[in-house]
Amino acid sequence: MLELTDICADYGHIQALKGISLRVGRGEIVALIGANGAGKSSTLNTISGIVRASSGSIIYKGKNITKSHTDSIVRSGIIQVPEGRAILTTMKVSENLELGAFIRKDKRQIKKDIDEILTRFPILGSRLNQPAGTLSGGEQQMLAIGRALMGRPELLLLDEPSMGLAPLMVREIFNIIADIHKTGTAILIVEQNARMALKISSRGYVLETGNIMIEDTSESLLNNRKIIDAYLGG
Amino acid sequence: MFYQQLANALALGAVYSLFAIGFTLIFGVMEIITLAHGAVFMVGAFAGYTAATKFGLGIIPCLIISMAASGFIGFVLDLVAIRPLRKKKFHHLAPMIATIGCATIITSIYQGIFGAEAYRFPFDFVPNENYEFRGIQLTQLQLTIIFTSFILMIMMIFFLNKTKWGKAVRAVAENSRTGALLGIPVERVYQFTMIISSSFGGAAGVLTGLNFNTIHTFMGGPILHRGIAVIILGGMGDIRGAMAGGLILGFAEVLSVAYISSDFRDAVSFGLLFLILLIRPSGIFGKKIERKG
Repeated sequence: MLELTDICADYGHIQALKGISLRVGRGEIVALIGANGAGKSSTLNTISGIVRASSGSIIYKGKNITKSHTDSIVRSGIIQVPEGRAILTTMKVSENLELGAFIRKDKRQIKKDIDEILTRFPILGSRLNQPAGTLSGGEQQMLAIGRALMGRPELLLLDEPSMGLAPLMVREIFNIIADIHKTGTAILIVEQNARMALKISSRGYVLETGNIMIEDTSESLLNNRKIIDAYLGG
Repeated sequence: MFYQQLANALALGAVYSLFAIGFTLIFGVMEIITLAHGAVFMVGAFAGYTAATKFGLGIIPCLIISMAASGFIGFVLDLVAIRPLRKKKFHHLAPMIATIGCATIITSIYQGIFGAEAYRFPFDFVPNENYEFRGIQLTQLQLTIIFTSFILMIMMIFFLNKTKWGKAVRAVAENSRTGALLGIPVERVYQFTMIISSSFGGAAGVLTGLNFNTIHTFMGGPILHRGIAVIILGGMGDIRGAMAGGLILGFAEVLSVAYISSDFRDAVSFGLLFLILLIRPSGIFGKKIERKG
């Protein structure tokens, strides 16, 4: 479904990605783990077109999207929930959800999908007319995920969905991610909480300083001594 | 007498608000101050004047033509002066300088065509009738100006709050990166913002020309200064602030002329602005911005 080949990207003189190659199959969950600054978020931002790849190629459903603009990448079905959630804080919860469906034209179905999101995240239903900035961190993460789902993604890019959340909320967010996966949506997840990410994914990549060091099944990674010592807290 | 002055002030303030709404929208969405907004205002006034005198059109078609002409100028400004700088991730001052240059070019071209003299809309362009409400005299011209300004402002507020593209504009204004990740074509939003904001500036040009019964190629300068004052007063980038700020400035000007002296008009109005900013440095609706580090 998605295939990155030798992707390099830089921020001025700093090379963030040094030849990343990875793939995500249809309906698959793939985890991208690594330390801070390893290039995890840069990888997602390059796929989304926020950061331009200086070389390499990104093929999505057979089409080269390496040089595509972010809005056309979103239209093709790749939607990112960015790190820090990027909620539109001054806008209402309902407006955030509506904007999630900006690329769609089927008004009636959009309304139905909002109802479905509110069934999935009931807490948002009672907050629809509140500015999104007044929500708690966990509620904002639910809104960010709900908003992304409004675009009906085929591939969901999740950047640190558990960041800054209480342990109970982290578990809830991961349950939600597993539920989304059951609907057939492919997911590429970047996560500091490597254990949780590997538990819900089928395969994983380990990034170090802009390079992919290890690619394996999640099960093998969870039992890999080096990975356990470095990323899974011994 | 006082209520009469308030009615006069409403007509003046409504036009200031109309001008400032576009000005502040550009700042809110694109984070730039376009100093060509005064020239756009002048282009709008002359487009309306030309439509009225050459083609004998009424006020509504003249306003539409004026808004289309100034909207087009806004589109061209974005294309030639702002967009290239945006692509290069400009410093905030660069578009200010670029738009000063564009304003100078536009004004020079109009001086070449129309010269430096003043022009007037046809005598009966708006019927010369007076209406009286509880002792307050209002001319049809004043009513037209107030009505048109408020209708346009309500349309803008409706657009921004109730339509898909309006919400997209607000999303980009809050965070362009998030906007892009929602599939909003950010570049098109910027172009659209320039067009719609400039068209409001053009409408303000026609209404100001009618209010003072004169238009000339230098008319963009004074309104630009007032526009900057209004958007700072209201809170940079805030539509409600532009509306309130425009009305406050209009009231301050008219009341200072009525009760102090016309010589002190600018001193009183800008003095008031200074006082308000001492109390609320970020403007009436502006958010407090703290310097980090």
